[in-house]
Amino acid sequence: MIESFLYSVIISGTPLLFATLGEIITEKSGHLNLGVEGLMLLGAVGGFGIGFATSNPILAIFGGAFVGTLGALVYAFLTVSLRANQVVSGLALTIFGTGISSYVGTIFVGKKMPEVIIDFFKPFEIPLLSKIPFIGNILFNQDLFIYLSYIIAISLGVYLYNTRFGLNLIAVGENPSAADSTGINVTLYKYVHIAIGGALCGLGGAYLSIVEVPQWQDNITAGRGWIAIALVIFASWNPYKALYAAYIFGGLNIIGFRMQNLNFSQNLLDMLPYVVTIMVLVGSSIKKSKNNAPPKGLSIPYFREER
Amino acid sequence: MNQEVFVKMKNISKSFGTVKANNSVNFEVNKGEVHALLGENGAGKSTLMNMLSGFYKPDSGSIFIRGKEVKFSSPKDAINEKIGMIHQHYKLVDVQTAKENIILGQKGSLFVNSKKLSKNIYAVAKEYGLPINPDKKIYDMSIGEKQSVEILKVLYEGNDILIMDEPTAVLTPQETKKLFEIIRNMASKGCAIIIITHKLNEVMEVSDRVTILRKGQTITTVITKETSPELLTNLMVGKSVNLSIKRPEVEKSDEILKVENLFAKNQNGVKVLNDISFSLYGGEILGIAGVANSGQKEICEAIAGLYPIESGNIFYENDDIVGNTPGEIINKGISMSFIPEDRLGMGLVASMDMIDNYLLKEFHNQKSIFLDRNPILKTCNKMIDDLQIVTPGVNHPVKQLSGGNIQKVLIGREINTNPKILITAYAVRGLDIGSCHTIYDLINEQKEKGVAIMFIGEDLDILLQLCDSILVLSEGTVMGIVDARTTDKETIGHLMAGGLNIKEAY
Amino acid sequence: MFQMIKRAEISKKESALIRFSAIVLAFIFSGLFILLLGHNPVNVYISMFDGAFGSLYRLKETIIITIPLVITSIGIMIAFKMKFWNIGGEGQILMGAFGATVFALNMPELPKVALLSLMLISGFISGGLWALIPAIFKVKFGTNETIITLMLNYIAIKWITHLQYGPMRDPNALGFPKIANFSNNAILPSLFGVHIGWIFAVIIVIAISIFMKKSKWGYKISVIGESVDTARYAGININRVMLFSMFLSGGICGIAGMIEASAVNQTLNYSISAGYGFTAIITTWLSGLMPSIIIPVSLLFGGLVKGGNFIQTAFLIPKAAAQILQSMILFFAIGSEFFVKYKLKYKKRNNNSDNVKESV
Repeated sequence: MIESFLYSVIISGTPLLFATLGEIITEKSGHLNLGVEGLMLLGAVGGFGIGFATSNPILAIFGGAFVGTLGALVYAFLTVSLRANQVVSGLALTIFGTGISSYVGTIFVGKKMPEVIIDFFKPFEIPLLSKIPFIGNILFNQDLFIYLSYIIAISLGVYLYNTRFGLNLIAVGENPSAADSTGINVTLYKYVHIAIGGALCGLGGAYLSIVEVPQWQDNITAGRGWIAIALVIFASWNPYKALYAAYIFGGLNIIGFRMQNLNFSQNLLDMLPYVVTIMVLVGSSIKKSKNNAPPKGLSIPYFREER
Repeated sequence: MNQEVFVKMKNISKSFGTVKANNSVNFEVNKGEVHALLGENGAGKSTLMNMLSGFYKPDSGSIFIRGKEVKFSSPKDAINEKIGMIHQHYKLVDVQTAKENIILGQKGSLFVNSKKLSKNIYAVAKEYGLPINPDKKIYDMSIGEKQSVEILKVLYEGNDILIMDEPTAVLTPQETKKLFEIIRNMASKGCAIIIITHKLNEVMEVSDRVTILRKGQTITTVITKETSPELLTNLMVGKSVNLSIKRPEVEKSDEILKVENLFAKNQNGVKVLNDISFSLYGGEILGIAGVANSGQKEICEAIAGLYPIESGNIFYENDDIVGNTPGEIINKGISMSFIPEDRLGMGLVASMDMIDNYLLKEFHNQKSIFLDRNPILKTCNKMIDDLQIVTPGVNHPVKQLSGGNIQKVLIGREINTNPKILITAYAVRGLDIGSCHTIYDLINEQKEKGVAIMFIGEDLDILLQLCDSILVLSEGTVMGIVDARTTDKETIGHLMAGGLNIKEAY
Repeated sequence: MFQMIKRAEISKKESALIRFSAIVLAFIFSGLFILLLGHNPVNVYISMFDGAFGSLYRLKETIIITIPLVITSIGIMIAFKMKFWNIGGEGQILMGAFGATVFALNMPELPKVALLSLMLISGFISGGLWALIPAIFKVKFGTNETIITLMLNYIAIKWITHLQYGPMRDPNALGFPKIANFSNNAILPSLFGVHIGWIFAVIIVIAISIFMKKSKWGYKISVIGESVDTARYAGININRVMLFSMFLSGGICGIAGMIEASAVNQTLNYSISAGYGFTAIITTWLSGLMPSIIIPVSLLFGGLVKGGNFIQTAFLIPKAAAQILQSMILFFAIGSEFFVKYKLKYKKRNNNSDNVKESV
């Protein structure tokens, strides 16, 4: 019972994990992208569309990431090059993503993913690891897409904390002028990482439409993008911590469904992820410290020759 | 002596919007030389050096480094030519360690070899006599330590052309001495060092040659040994000026403000004010000295009712005002103007016009829920005439005025409310000598009227000339209150550094 | 290569021209998109316009959509002026509608004027209290308001859904999950063929314009929005102003909810806010936070929504096309701000400034 619940928690947490990682890497470059919901929807419709058209699972994944990247580049152009207000640009991106996905999505209403792709993302036991008692089955008897999320989370952690690029990225997000003075190409760093962030959000959406659901629904993300933005704070901008943050909320997402027969209003239980998000946000703003603070340059446009 | 020319800047021009910051400037620095770039605030020194370090692009003109013409389009290009700049406001990433800051932007293997890096940093630090702890986070560092990191950042990459923008602005006199030793040391090892400054004594002390800029143009380059502070001043200002600041003798009147055993902690629970006690009399200017962030801001804010106090009393004409709202305190006649580093952040609203900025203090007096702007219109027009503020009109956003005029608006407003106590912090930040003197005159006028004045300043020379007594802060503690007429810079420097406590000397 | 130059000043005409071209460009760009999907953009636009303004009946329908947009935009504008990013308009509308519904269903026999007044006050207070939640967190703990206001939207939706399926379900609706219809006394009357919500909207616009420009509180709100530090130094009680303004902001959105419940739906359901809370964010921003401009911009967007519904039936083009068009307008408008602030100069590499040519 518990094991099967936790097994589903990983699945339900995966879209959140991708999106949270995406937003972490975006915010680390100093950009608060409130368009996560829109990017996820773009990824969802991109992944589904390409999967549906080609029946190729790999192309479907790339499709989701690619469309997410395109959306993020629009945001990057507005906020990096044109120095637009990040809050409003992000909101615009969400409206855009929602619009596009439901426009294009009308073609797919009621359609299912091709069997080839559903088969490709069947759970798959990793030898040895899946034999670990209890957690082995939960973590290592999942689908390939989920394994991809593990790999990405860990690589992002290593990238951010142990490589030169990561170090430079942190500097760009904290103090772009300082980074600039050491010869770091601030604009390039911002563009690249906003784009990577968009790709990851796209993957989050694509996971929903290709694997988790796997048929087309309008507004398939149902607010997960916004929760991901809150999870970034919960995870204090740390890709490793994003793992458990995402799974906790993955659990909250399905708890209402699981407790259906407990004679308690499902609609009230469905509030849980949102209520807990608020609690988490308030909690993390009460105990602030230098090590889990947002990047100092967050949402401040940078312009070298400003006078 | 046939010396190698490291830097040559020819006919450099640069405009920002309609302002010509540099107009056909010429500038040359040799190997092994300490070259001072002297000029008033706004003369174009920083602009020129920002072009040499690749931060800005010149509109026209050419730059030669070691005889070769270069075109910089980003700091990276300048770094490739071994040019490093230490900005006045340190460009360091607070959450990173010294080590991480030093290798930012540098090429190398994907992963960083931490141990080897520390070893290399120690080696460079030792060579130049710089103290360093590579694993300390910047936010835990003192100003001196931060400066060491900045210098190491530049040296570690093997740069041999160093630009330092006002490096002594935030240092105590003792720290300044140490820095000059390091600078001489670097020069003797073959570096070319450019120091941007407006302090004449430092030019005389450390430089080999001086280039003077005025209003965006090169005036001349002279050999330091063959010149004098008087001559340099005249070149810098363009006319012979009397640099001395008046200190009118005014009979001290009653004690207007009395601060007793004030304690305060910041948000992180760190003590920022530690048992502060002092008195302020009418007709007196009390200077507050101390390295940056020693509690100056907190004292101002505590008196103005803006900073939470742990314990202690603040008596204004025998009333304890602790716990009063800021509005009540303003209405009592305590006026505070704090000029932050970016000038506009506090005290004024950049995008609003003069009237609405005047309202910031005035609206407390208006009883109706609707605001009456008509009387203020007159006051503002009068202020423009009285203080000779250059502006297209009272309805013009203040951000479009020049620095000196913005500060006149700010201080003019404070004075116009006829305060009993005037607190000014960094009132002359970023102003040229002429504007500085206008502000000093305004303050002295108030003193003669019997207003009690607190003057928080950065430049010890000015504090010593303008104030009657000086309160020296170190880490939120009063190290002493000294008579400005009899004390000297060294004494104050010692106190600022937290040296011997001579609280009883006054 | 291009060089950016900060403009010292820009004439009203020039900046209006830039903003107008942005909207035109948005239409052109979206047109390309529509073309890509196999429709003729010119036809689509014409029918959208026709669907929104083509007849007196359609115009009335468009105005009915415009009313909540105007009111919600005004509410959001107050928060935005303070740089308080209230994106919880949806939730505040819903809770306002809920507050009104409580009275509508429990006191259906009250005289019309009394009942409607009670509903209006209750709607205002409910929306205001809902908006006060993020404000309290922000004031007390410095919690970021953006996500909280958004989460509160979802919570409000779930709450109304819960009521609709549970405690407030109408037993007479034959098992259909809906809340009972309002009594006649709880329904707003009409004037000139449109429910009198439009009068409310006009009054709110005028009152809030005066409030923002002339009153002490309006002034304080602007100062806080420009610089919190300055506001603190001027002795403004920032927390109090913030709490008050958010209550006002949410309350006004709540009035929109009351109007929608009373006049349009004549009952309460979870989709009553119909996306107005989000669309109002765009209209507020596009109107440059100026109350008087909010009316024409809202009318444009009301037309887009109505026109979007129309093309869905006429062309079988999903109404999401209107949403895309809205976001395009927003994208271009945000982008155009840059050209209001900066000029681009074309400059050849390695050349002197004499050869600089101006372009825009």
